[in-house]
Amino acid sequence: MKTVVKQEVHGLNGDEAVALAAKQSDVDVVAAYPITPQTIIVEKFSEYVSNGEVETEYICTESEHSAMAACLAASATGARVFTATASAGLALMHEMLFVTSGCRAPVVMAVANRALSAPINIHGDHSDAMAERDSGWIQLYAENAQEVYDSVLQAFRIAEHVDVQLPIMIGLDGFTLSHTLENVQTLPDDVVKKFVGTRQFPVVLTHEGKTVPYKLDPDNPMTMGPLALPNYYFEFKRQQEEAMKNAFKVIKEMHEECGQISGRHYGDGLLDPYKLEDAEIAIVCLGSTAGTVKTVVDELRTEGIKAGLLRIRAYRPFPAEEIAKALGKLKAVAVMDRSMSFGGNGGAVFHEVRHALYDSPARPYVVNYIYGLGGRDTSPSQLRKIYQDLQKILHTKHIDDLIRYVGLRD
Amino acid sequence: MTSVEKSWKEVSPAGVCWKSSTTYLTGDWKTFKPVKDETKCTKCLLCTLFCPDGAIHWISEKGDIEFDLNFCKGCGICANECPTKAIVMKIE
Repeated sequence: MKTVVKQEVHGLNGDEAVALAAKQSDVDVVAAYPITPQTIIVEKFSEYVSNGEVETEYICTESEHSAMAACLAASATGARVFTATASAGLALMHEMLFVTSGCRAPVVMAVANRALSAPINIHGDHSDAMAERDSGWIQLYAENAQEVYDSVLQAFRIAEHVDVQLPIMIGLDGFTLSHTLENVQTLPDDVVKKFVGTRQFPVVLTHEGKTVPYKLDPDNPMTMGPLALPNYYFEFKRQQEEAMKNAFKVIKEMHEECGQISGRHYGDGLLDPYKLEDAEIAIVCLGSTAGTVKTVVDELRTEGIKAGLLRIRAYRPFPAEEIAKALGKLKAVAVMDRSMSFGGNGGAVFHEVRHALYDSPARPYVVNYIYGLGGRDTSPSQLRKIYQDLQKILHTKHIDDLIRYVGLRD
Repeated sequence: MTSVEKSWKEVSPAGVCWKSSTTYLTGDWKTFKPVKDETKCTKCLLCTLFCPDGAIHWISEKGDIEFDLNFCKGCGICANECPTKAIVMKIE
């Protein structure tokens, strides 16, 4: 077991924590387009470039679609690549997200989660990333700026792992994390450099009959992501699914390895439970809301109420088996969704958590709470009300409304 | 297809081509094939230049052209461009 290294405490907001982590991770290429609330990331990183603090090639593109195209191309040459976006920017990347994952390019992207238009809204919710949940990208959601920093460091190792080779997005809640100053412990540059190492490549068989590292190289030419017709396309998609399955283990391993150095852990890297062991009722959520939920759980515990929390850190790949194991013994669960799946009978997280529990021998009541859309604040008293609702369900053994809205004016 | 197809565990990731395009026989896409009337052909070789697949070759030993039906997709451009109408497209 490695000893925890000495660290410095900096006052950083989430965006600055992302930029610092990317700076320390020896990134070769950044191609990005600024958009609120991600702008500080690319502003800060461009300062590093301008000051000569990094050797990164910084490409200012004319749109996010182009930014992701440039990231993919740079990654194909074997470069370590980073970018950041939010909201409409992520939506504009939509097409290229699939090309990037399909080309197995391990691009790391921070997403300062923000609502989608219309009406236009620059504040935090998960609509942008949830719309891309089937794009073949790994998705981690952070609870605070410290976890944002740690997660970006881990992201390079996860994405570039030879058993994974998939792009990854790190979600940080717009403004709540992106713009809020926190104390962030940072690792020394040399420690990070050693942790992230250099990019690893799987080997592939090319048309010349050679087995070579998977990157564009004039001495070993290869064609990436060409035409695949009905007789082969399906096989490549199945490979991406396998890579996602491999990512479970790799996310946990990189989280553990980083934790050994930093002294910080977020559950097992996939799920971060809080006082769940003996809980009867629990909230399931993603991102910064978990911080507020913990405060409420602590209050309820002093009142003798067996409340708990399950924060999902890895949303893609979705740890269904672990979720079933963590929640199967509970009596009632409230799943919180910070985005809408319009007409979908509940939010995306709700769908998947409930689906995970289908085969459990004992199943808790599972209800859905849509909350925080367009940056609407979610207070401790509102969260306390959710736990009260769960207690009522246990008492009456009846669910009045399967899908509820937190803080919505009726 | 032109070879035994691989499983998802065997193919290179991201659709990396594991064989040369010359071993991928696209000739089986065609519905019509070109047929030449020897009496009309003047051996001007315009057809060899217009063929988008490079599937018409000048064979010097024979002193004549040859259609490579392994790669001819049956588009009919050769028949359309032939100045003496020596090439006609016939259903395979």
